Amino acid sequence: MAHNNLNLKLKVWRQKNANTTGAFVKYDVNDISDEMSFLEMLDVLNEKLIVTGEEPIAFDHDCREGICGMCSLYIDGKPHGPWQANTTCQLHMRAFKDGDTITIEPWRSNAFPIVKDLTVDRGAFDRIIQAGGYISVNTGNAVDGNSLPIEKAKADASFAAAMCIGCGACVAACKNSSAMLFLSAKVSHLALLPQGEPERKSRVLNMVAQMDKEGFGSCTNTGACEAACPKEISIANIARLNKEYLGASLTAE
Amino acid sequence: MLDSKIPAGKLEEKWVDYKGHCKLVNPANKRKMEVIIVGTGLAGASAAAAMGELGYKVKAFCFQDSPRRAHSIAAQGGINAAKNYQNDGDSVFRLFYDTIKGGDYRAREANVHRLAEVSANIIDQCVAQGVPFAREYGGLLSNRSFGGTQVQRTFYAAGQTGQQLLIGAYQALERQVALGNVTMYSRHEMLDVVKIDGKAKGIIARNLITGELEKHFGHAVLLCTGGYGNVFYLSTNAMGSNVTAAWKAHKQGAYFANPCFTQIHPTCIPVSGDHQSKLTLMSESLRNDGRIWVPKTKGEPRKSIDIPEEERDYYLERRYPAFGNLVPRDVASRAAKERCDAGYGVGTSKQAVYLDFAAAIERYGKIEVSKQGLKDVTAEHIIAMGKEVVKEKYGNLFDMYAKITGENPYEVPMRIYPAVHYTMGGLWVDYELQTNVQGLYALGEANFSDHGANRLGASALMQGLADGYFVAPYTVGNNLADEIYNAAIPTTHPAFEAAAKAVADRIASLKNINGKQSVESFHKRLGKIIWDKCGMARNKEGLTQAIAEVQALKKEFWSDVRVPGEINEYNPELDKANRVADFIELGELMCIDALNREESCGGHFREEYQTPEGEALRDDENFMYVAAWENKGDHEWQLHKEELKYDVIKPSQRNYK
Repeated sequence: MAHNNLNLKLKVWRQKNANTTGAFVKYDVNDISDEMSFLEMLDVLNEKLIVTGEEPIAFDHDCREGICGMCSLYIDGKPHGPWQANTTCQLHMRAFKDGDTITIEPWRSNAFPIVKDLTVDRGAFDRIIQAGGYISVNTGNAVDGNSLPIEKAKADASFAAAMCIGCGACVAACKNSSAMLFLSAKVSHLALLPQGEPERKSRVLNMVAQMDKEGFGSCTNTGACEAACPKEISIANIARLNKEYLGASLTAE
Repeated sequence: MLDSKIPAGKLEEKWVDYKGHCKLVNPANKRKMEVIIVGTGLAGASAAAAMGELGYKVKAFCFQDSPRRAHSIAAQGGINAAKNYQNDGDSVFRLFYDTIKGGDYRAREANVHRLAEVSANIIDQCVAQGVPFAREYGGLLSNRSFGGTQVQRTFYAAGQTGQQLLIGAYQALERQVALGNVTMYSRHEMLDVVKIDGKAKGIIARNLITGELEKHFGHAVLLCTGGYGNVFYLSTNAMGSNVTAAWKAHKQGAYFANPCFTQIHPTCIPVSGDHQSKLTLMSESLRNDGRIWVPKTKGEPRKSIDIPEEERDYYLERRYPAFGNLVPRDVASRAAKERCDAGYGVGTSKQAVYLDFAAAIERYGKIEVSKQGLKDVTAEHIIAMGKEVVKEKYGNLFDMYAKITGENPYEVPMRIYPAVHYTMGGLWVDYELQTNVQGLYALGEANFSDHGANRLGASALMQGLADGYFVAPYTVGNNLADEIYNAAIPTTHPAFEAAAKAVADRIASLKNINGKQSVESFHKRLGKIIWDKCGMARNKEGLTQAIAEVQALKKEFWSDVRVPGEINEYNPELDKANRVADFIELGELMCIDALNREESCGGHFREEYQTPEGEALRDDENFMYVAAWENKGDHEWQLHKEELKYDVIKPSQRNYK
């Protein structure tokens, strides 16, 4: 395919570590092919910074195919940038025009402290899973996989929730920094399956308690999380979570 | 000759006998035994969970910010298991046979048979954990086909099977973290193995946030650190995937086996320019439904959809009628290269072939028409219904393709080309997955043991989970039973101090070079050498040149690399420098191994050794062995051989015609 080259201006958040204050720094990047991915554009900038003796910009990334959930970035006011249902690593420079100014910030949430520049600590998500985001089954105890038929619609709905990549875009998009979409995806994944039934109540209560402890805000149903989610996790999961939570609270012993 | 400690007895009884007779550690003693697990992909997370469940004190390490991010997560297509749910003739023996044959008779029979035996348990375990596999309307598990087999034994969750399996293992791991049986060290990278009296007794790990070097003791050390495909720079691996942990083990005496056995996957999105940082796979499952073709005319100027059916060359179906588009990966990759080299390639680079879904879309559309009992349906309507079916099966892959290329694969064929994907080679291990260094194990892609010279699709996930859930808990226990008399060694022991100092010195010398070129630029140059001369086709002259070039590159790296930032802080460039330094050394060994192996087998194709039809020509008489290399110092290796004995399967030339 034919491609165009772009000249762009970047405003990038730079911060040495969690204990220092940060600031925006401006950079020019020129001759960027629109076939590049967004992170490859940052690679080009970093290469330039390194050979001129400056410090490269730190940002998280790994698989670069939209599945590991490691990349983040708040691009022009949107988590993962302008494309719908997309991660930053899958964003391509076709999304921008020559001469654009692009503002790049880290995820903003008290529960995700900054490590350096655009890198944040999302350990809170792991701790929420530790609070109950699993089915307690030791290795070797399983019966034959087909001994438990599961209605296809339910299995599909469970899978749709289980697709969450744990990137944190939902938290970054929310004005309250709520982690409800993340949490509800995990609760839904397991509550929709018969295997998840025995721990259904304790799971939701414990996970919500841990979420509150981590300092995430409350959900006010604005739907910003769903709009920003790269895997299109539905806000209907939050409704299911609320139902699960209420039911568990009312019937807990 | 190396001893792989394969138990005596009949092939199908070896693992059962082993489990019946291996030594056990009682629960009270397990609590005193410390096990270090490096890497949290399918092998590492499942091993950490399973060992934690047993009651061992586990410390797990990963370089990512969370164990859930390990690159197993990106595996798309599926996981094999000999369940025979489809009643199509599958069995443990057939899975074993397909894997040995697919590996071009360079894998160990006993290991592969064990893998096939435990495959069914993996599916049961994952279902119990709540892995949402694809299901049929009756509520039972669904299967699909993968390359190199004629049965449907692949379990899947849309195009995200690796993600779902890893999340299952990750959740099991986090459960053990919550119970206090596993301590998780994220954003930590192992930088050396610590040996005391010849046994592995711990590791030196760098906290990637603070830069601090930490000393960790373990009665056993399990490396589950994946493959080394990123030696090629461009690959389908994650950016952080690296060989460092395995390479450090190698430098501490562990043999590295068959490093030249690398898998080039036939269906990846082609390279678009010099800026490219990684390549993206289009799952092998697409070959269930996609047909691969190139134009029959060289340099064809027309667009794909304007080329009539009779002017298309479905070269896999033509050359391999029995397996068609589902030949193993090495065969499909070489066939694509052959067509492109002959001038039939497509796209701007001419280094691509078409993967076309038009026929599948129409076929599925017609099935929908008959399922729903519709009459007088227009062709457009049939196509629209067919697209819906294809979307359900492969939607995420099609979306990914569209984002990267800007083209709509529902309307025009995908353009694909082979890319580095997996490495069959790895640390040499015996039947117990123990390296030749006592107490040091390698699981999953990090070891060499199960896939011979070519891995079949949907078998990597199987091996990772087999090793972690069902093999290591027994075999590591068998050896830990002898360690119960040995108390934990404090990390103030001189061996730990010395290892930490050596790591610190190396980091300091990297940092102090203060040269002019970035780490990335060296990595790109290394990748180009290895891809051009130790890639899909290799020859003596090229490999000899490559060895000299890599040696020169190493010298240049250590005199002119620039590592910005400080040592004692979060410094991704420093992490990368550590890894690329190891990749360069590995690159040399890969070429040495490829040069030594004067035959073609599986993914290792030496141009000098091929049949008149251009197929790989093995030399069983001289090369039916595992090449295990011992590091003897700078640029020096000694070859040890493990003879491969085939008691059950009779090796023959692989035939997919």
